[in-house]
Amino acid sequence: MSSQEIDTLSSALARLPGLGPRSARRAVLWLVKRRETALVQLLEALDSVREKLVECPSCGNVDTQTPCSICADPRRESRQLCVVEDVADLWALDRARLFAGRYHVLGGHLSALEGIRPEDLSIASLIDRVAAGGIDEVVLAMNATLEGQTTAHYIAERLEGYPIRITQLAHGLPVGGELDYLDEGTLAQALRARRPVG
Amino acid sequence: MALDRITLTTFRNHAETWLEGASRFNLLIGENGAGKTNVLEALSLFAPGRGLRRAALPDMAGTQGSGAFAVSALLAFPDNSDPVRLGTAMDPARAGRRIVQVNAAQASAVTLAEWLAISWLTPAMDRLFMESAGERRRYMDRLAVALWPSHVRHASRYQAALRERNRLLTLDAEPEDRWLDAVEAQLAEAGANLVQGRARLVDRLRERLEALPDQPFARPALSHVPGGPLHAEALAEALARNRGRDRAAGRTLIGPHRDELDVSMAGKAIPAALCSTGEQKAMLIAITLAHAELAAGDRPSLLLLDEVAAHLDPLRRAALFDRLRERGAQVWLTGTELAPFADITGEAAVWRVKSGAIERI
Ligand SMILES: [Zn+2]
Repeated sequence: MSSQEIDTLSSALARLPGLGPRSARRAVLWLVKRRETALVQLLEALDSVREKLVECPSCGNVDTQTPCSICADPRRESRQLCVVEDVADLWALDRARLFAGRYHVLGGHLSALEGIRPEDLSIASLIDRVAAGGIDEVVLAMNATLEGQTTAHYIAERLEGYPIRITQLAHGLPVGGELDYLDEGTLAQALRARRPVG
Repeated sequence: MALDRITLTTFRNHAETWLEGASRFNLLIGENGAGKTNVLEALSLFAPGRGLRRAALPDMAGTQGSGAFAVSALLAFPDNSDPVRLGTAMDPARAGRRIVQVNAAQASAVTLAEWLAISWLTPAMDRLFMESAGERRRYMDRLAVALWPSHVRHASRYQAALRERNRLLTLDAEPEDRWLDAVEAQLAEAGANLVQGRARLVDRLRERLEALPDQPFARPALSHVPGGPLHAEALAEALARNRGRDRAAGRTLIGPHRDELDVSMAGKAIPAALCSTGEQKAMLIAITLAHAELAAGDRPSLLLLDEVAAHLDPLRRAALFDRLRERGAQVWLTGTELAPFADITGEAAVWRVKSGAIERI
């Protein structure tokens, strides 16, 4: 019915978060009809992402410069560090400039069932950053999910003994809620009302 | 009173059923398979959730129809304020989607609970006291969720944390203690909420049940036996202490997943599982009624009692009807024969159900 090319593209798109085979086929058809316009733009955008985007070696953010624009920004409060699970969470917090400090992206959360161990996350580099000094407060901004809260608890224990204040986003976040899905008002409130851990 | 002018359209074996003139007591009489329980199931859809069979919506659609069904009823209030028309249906275009309407305006299923409270007892529950402890834990949780909706979150969070801990304990490479600390902290927090919810439920039920006489209706004495400490800190400590033992067992040996609901017949102190079928049924009914009162608050309430009269001797039946009379709830009862309901037929609306058709007697 459809060509091999279309199948290959559909199957690649289907794996994107939130898409699935049905939407992927629809997207492919839409692109095929706009070969000279939208498809070209998409190709160029993809190419430029591949060329230019890099993971920040310091915080794990994704940007076109290294260190990333957040780490490199001198106006940022360097004494505050906000730890998040994923880049999407960093973007959610930073979209509205809710947090004035810098970030640290773990790259996921602990999960015994999914086989994600502490050494699979950027925890060692977080400890290094804290051990290097110059940080007063670490804000644990994990999701309110079981895995997120387990990870927050674990990191708080790992950071015990350093001369820093460890705080956590205030609950009131819906249980099971992921930062990425929260509106700015809720996020701002969770951040403002953050409380010390332990 | 409560629900009246009820319609079932292509709902299971009811092609087009119309009930009018509902009363305080409503009897649905007919052979097995005639469609009596289907009427109760249709009424149970005026509560949020999946109804008294916990069936999938497409299964409720009649075979002869278009694959959709609709149920509607008029809800009247004791103070004679304007009645409200409630309706629920399955959208044939989007199978499995339930549509709810309140006074012809689209509403969410959850809002139904703002209008009325519905409780039910079906023969599927008859073996509750004989089943494994897990069935009774699920039963406690279901009753608790009806009173405190957040209980469901604690239960699922606890289950997820328990799976995490069990996985950690069975890993080939022993995980660092801090990882276990973190999981156990979550487990203990959810577990304490879960176990306290169950304890509170059983306390409230016991308060109501203790006010009742022992006879002639067997009175259940309930006690909740927790499978671990009730408070988060103590539970976390106990979990930490038991790591070695739990690792050897390959699973977590303490906690709310080991809770038990003990039920015995008050007065005689006989475990419910050893009581006669009739006594067990009487105790189940007593718990159902006590819970229904707790859950109803000041909302209009509905009690759906499927095949409850059959197991009860005449004395207990009379006691049940007396008890139902004392209450404000509208009651819907089913039976194969009219005779067991002789005490209430004078004040009841009676329908004969046959092959999905209904006739008022
Ligand atoms: Zn960076």
